[in-house]
Amino acid sequence: MSSCLIEDPHHLPNTLRAGPDEDGRFGIFGGRFVSETLMPNILELEAAYALARNDPAYHAEMGGYLKHYVGRPSPLYFADRLTEHLGGARIYLKREDLNHTGSHKVNNVLGQILLARRMGKRRIIAETGAGQHGVATATLCARFGLECVIYMGAVDIERQKPNVDRMRLLGATVVPAMSGSMTLKDAMNEALRDWVTNVRETFYCIGTVAGPHPYPMMVRDFQTVIGDEVREQVREAEGRLPDSVIACLGGGSNAMGLFHPFLDDREVLIYGVEAAGLGLESGKHAASLTGGRPGVLHGNRTYLLMDEDGQIQEGHSISAGLDYPGIGPEHSWLHQIGRVKYISATDQEALSAFHLLTRLEGIIPALEPAHALAKVVEMAPSLPADHVMVMSLSGRGDKDVPQVAEMMAGQP
Amino acid sequence: MSAAIDTGNTGFGDTGRAADSGRLAAKFETLRREGRGGLVTFVTAGDPDYATSLRIVQGLPGAGADVIEIGMPFTDPMADGPSIQAASLRALRAGMTLRGTLKLVTEFRQTDAETPIILMGYYNPIYSYGVERFLTDARAAGVDGLIVVDLPPEEDGELCLPALAAGINFIRLATPTTDDKRLPTVLANTSGFVYYVSITGITGAATATEEAITEAVGRLRRHTDLPVAVGFGITTPAAAASVARLADAAVVGSAIVNRITANLDETGLAAPGLVDDVLAFVRTLSEGVRAARG
Repeated sequence: MSSCLIEDPHHLPNTLRAGPDEDGRFGIFGGRFVSETLMPNILELEAAYALARNDPAYHAEMGGYLKHYVGRPSPLYFADRLTEHLGGARIYLKREDLNHTGSHKVNNVLGQILLARRMGKRRIIAETGAGQHGVATATLCARFGLECVIYMGAVDIERQKPNVDRMRLLGATVVPAMSGSMTLKDAMNEALRDWVTNVRETFYCIGTVAGPHPYPMMVRDFQTVIGDEVREQVREAEGRLPDSVIACLGGGSNAMGLFHPFLDDREVLIYGVEAAGLGLESGKHAASLTGGRPGVLHGNRTYLLMDEDGQIQEGHSISAGLDYPGIGPEHSWLHQIGRVKYISATDQEALSAFHLLTRLEGIIPALEPAHALAKVVEMAPSLPADHVMVMSLSGRGDKDVPQVAEMMAGQP
Repeated sequence: MSAAIDTGNTGFGDTGRAADSGRLAAKFETLRREGRGGLVTFVTAGDPDYATSLRIVQGLPGAGADVIEIGMPFTDPMADGPSIQAASLRALRAGMTLRGTLKLVTEFRQTDAETPIILMGYYNPIYSYGVERFLTDARAAGVDGLIVVDLPPEEDGELCLPALAAGINFIRLATPTTDDKRLPTVLANTSGFVYYVSITGITGAATATEEAITEAVGRLRRHTDLPVAVGFGITTPAAAASVARLADAAVVGSAIVNRITANLDETGLAAPGLVDDVLAFVRTLSEGVRAARG
């Protein structure tokens, strides 16, 4: 990646899809900021993935499971009642919520578990926030008979109980992370501590496009199936590319999966929606790009929420899946060069959107994509009727039903 | 990458290194002359508060510490076990910052010009402070070396090479997973000493066997002339003595931090006698180390 990108963000290279460079950098972001104990393992993983990436047999195996086990391709659904209600842009929903396990997370986990099998690793660990990545990991570990340990913040265990029960049913050990804010960041710390302890036999299945190289690239590669399918499906439905695509992001894996195939189509507007929690001005949010600055955590340089001293701050979001003070490094780069516009939605906006979609389309979305939906609701009315907008409906809301019902019960 | 050199205490040259303070080299030379292994003691800066922490650090040389390793508190210490995690959070809650850590070193140097000081921690607070500014301020404060856990050789351009150019040693961790093929990469820009992490794991967890340590130290010595310190999981005077027989120094961290924890009152503040108790424990470690080769 040439350094001119940083000095002149408006001078873009021919393709934005070539990153990362050999050091795992997207511009200044990314890298391999891990302890020496893990470094040989990271290099081993990088080499194994490079082999698999060029092996047709690996892709054939993955393709088979994506079709017959995950249920891909996921539909691109024209939300006509929502479109009519908003009275502007034509809204399409990419139905990742219909995947086996209920979210886009399974796309990535499948790729990593097949890789772990090729590497001969029998013990899988993962961190999870909302539990969607944990469930996907526990599911594929059950399918392939692998040992599975899931780290989850104690607070998240409380607010996403249905997913905890699912993981346990699937045979996974769920370990509560008791340190710090007891959410996703702390679950990742605990997973890293496990990995450094059991490094030789353990495969760390990271759930988002973050962490040390090659994870951001690898997870992105596994998730681009979302955007690749959307390109085909929207061409079929509308005879052209969409005018805009939009997705929510915590770490940013469903967003990267949707965005990446469109990065070089400069006429396609791309929106990423972060969690604004109680509002950006409240300080209680998880919007790393709009409210943070570059730093180094969990193996990569990226935008982080931190104080003046470089101490990491706790994120806040109604959605456990977005409650992370960082973001994938490729998003930080896309933010810096201005290719993707990153905006944010508050807890309240997301909740309203959650109810709207449930009532209008009979689809209960997860609270995570409800953030993207909130911005669709905001933008669509003022867009022309021929504007085609595709939103990633990254997961279903079953896991959030108890939490939302409780909030509704508390209201008059 | 430039070639490895003996103790890092060299003049300006084509290696891009500035002369360091010389304190580390002088200390290891003294140890060699005395025919004993050294004791490296770790405490977190500002744990449980600035004043108590400064008194502990000031008392360490008198209690027999040969090298003082000071933890720079961080919210997310990924390589540390529960003891040092808790110490970090205590210090942060009491208002400790990286600037405060440098101030503590500066105050220590007013009464001790000889004991080497190593700062240990994670990259983000340094990156946030600004690398150049940090190195200038650390050098001025009297810091002799840095251990930054999440900066492997692959990221040497970030801090390691600038530190060497600024005359501050960059002490690398070698681990049981660092094989012979990788060791030269790890050692290439290491200076001051090599810190061998004797287990795969976090601080304060398991303990390596004497046999494993002997093998590992022997392997390191085949690759480098730098002094070798061994740490992680050394909790008793006997264990410290055993390591000091095999290596150039033994590092004790969590066990000392645990003595601080044991001397907190119910509100988490320092109880009377904390400093004395911590230093008494360090004295037992030091006696163990000093008797080891006797």
